[in-house]
Amino acid sequence: MAIDKQTVNRIAFLSRLKIDEDKTEDTQDEFNKILNWVEQLAEVNTDNVEPLSSVNDNPLVCREDKVVEGEQADKILANAPVEEYGYFVVPKVVE
Amino acid sequence: MVKLTQMTVHETLDGLKNKQFSAVELTNEYIKEIDNKKELNAYVLETPEIALNQAKKADSRYAVDAARALEGIPMGIKDLFCTKGIRSTACSHILDGFVPEYESTVTEKLFAAGAVCLGKLNMDEFAMGGSNETSYYGPVVNPWQQDKHLVAGGSSGGSAAAVAANICAAATGTDTGGSIRQPSAFCGVTGIKPTYGRCSRYGIMAFASSLDQAGPIAKDVKDCALLLNVMSGYDEKDSTSVNLAVPDFTKVLGQSVKGLRVGIPAEYRPEGLNEEISAYWDKGIEMLKNAGAEIVNISLPHTKYALATYYIIAPAEASSNLARYDGLRYGLRIPGEHLDDMYINTRTEGFGREVKRRIMIGTYVLSAGYYDAYYLKAQKVRRLIRDDFMKAFEKCDVILTPTSPTAAFPIGDKSMQENPINMWLNDVFTVSVNLAGLPALSLPIGLSSEGLPLGLQLIGKAFDEETVFKAASVIETEAKFERLK
Repeated sequence: MAIDKQTVNRIAFLSRLKIDEDKTEDTQDEFNKILNWVEQLAEVNTDNVEPLSSVNDNPLVCREDKVVEGEQADKILANAPVEEYGYFVVPKVVE
Repeated sequence: MVKLTQMTVHETLDGLKNKQFSAVELTNEYIKEIDNKKELNAYVLETPEIALNQAKKADSRYAVDAARALEGIPMGIKDLFCTKGIRSTACSHILDGFVPEYESTVTEKLFAAGAVCLGKLNMDEFAMGGSNETSYYGPVVNPWQQDKHLVAGGSSGGSAAAVAANICAAATGTDTGGSIRQPSAFCGVTGIKPTYGRCSRYGIMAFASSLDQAGPIAKDVKDCALLLNVMSGYDEKDSTSVNLAVPDFTKVLGQSVKGLRVGIPAEYRPEGLNEEISAYWDKGIEMLKNAGAEIVNISLPHTKYALATYYIIAPAEASSNLARYDGLRYGLRIPGEHLDDMYINTRTEGFGREVKRRIMIGTYVLSAGYYDAYYLKAQKVRRLIRDDFMKAFEKCDVILTPTSPTAAFPIGDKSMQENPINMWLNDVFTVSVNLAGLPALSLPIGLSSEGLPLGLQLIGKAFDEETVFKAASVIETEAKFERLK
């Protein structure tokens, strides 16, 4: 299934990426090339095959629900590009 | 006398124990050598002060006979590992200036065993690439025939090149689709991707979480075994790490392979396979046969679908994992009027072309309406690929294949720059192993007619790295590969 320019832009937005106007066509071509190539999987018969999401056969282990490393706000904020009053700063989200 | 930097980890440990040289002398030699070989671009950050400090401590431990497993061994660390207090960027612009407040489990184990940190090694951005050319810091130059400017492979290109060029005794790598094995083959060194779950992924920047594994890249099989002994083990901080005892991997080295069943998959010899690689593969088969192994023909029928499966699953997981780079909590931030503008500006500027490509493919295959056709389909084929291996391992104990379909190619190769799929085809012999979660090692088998290293790959059953090491040590002994001086 070939994808159009509109889809390319929609996927870019979902990815929070911007594609320059003059690059949209190249991206679309490249995308279609890749999708055509992975399309080969359609010829594999996967009737009654369960999807494999993890090779780990062991069930996930749950740990006890308690704080192990808390009270480290300063460390968490240490790499923040913008920080104020012990918080991450975001641009305006409400008008 | 050989230079200190040319020695393997086990030779170096002997020298340190016997007080032939001190850890500080050794570390200084490496620091000098790193300086001499800057044009390789293998390191993206050097940490000589930290290294010398650790080396001093190592010497004081040797003085009181309290040396640990890797006491005083100077190592390079792939930039994908978070190292506390040391800049860690995954060689991406988006992690500019990121200095982790915590240590990855694997590097913590290495440093707790006495390893010395020489610095952070170059790699493809977020481990996405097979040539180290997607790094924000530029490509690594392969130390073999350096004037030709060949790629070191990827994504652990800095690690393999640094080990080959003797600017670290050993290095850490990570492998999602071949990122330890392919650069090891291109640079004539040895590397192992252990079974999924053998090493903790905690503190390793995630690319495709169901495929990523850490492992060592080193000068020989024994060094890999020594390093994997330290790097392995259950970690409650990684829910996918497996709680199994870690054997001493060095114990099996040199043991007989008499009666060992070595599987040779027909699908790994497609029409048009490079003749030299094919011939070296036959040589490897011959070596194991002469050592008493039984050669068994096997079939892995879904091999040809592995690449397409991988290039759906890995980008899907990557698109989700890389959503965290938002300009808020760490790294680069490019301002924008509203929140979405800031996200978009930051991510557009911060990610390189290949990473953006994969994020978008991943987003597409996970999006409503396409999930079943692409992602779910790929997960089903993934099971068939894994089942192929399980069936094959009923007939054999270990599998021998080439590591890569070619030797190292020139930096900036046109056909690969023009069509990303051409670059991805490099992973043809390595990706299935990640999809199936199996251990696999690459070791050098010889040189091509052009004088470039070629590698063979040994694939084992899940959590049976020992058989892989045992077979590898036979081939290594026979191949007598000469490392770079």
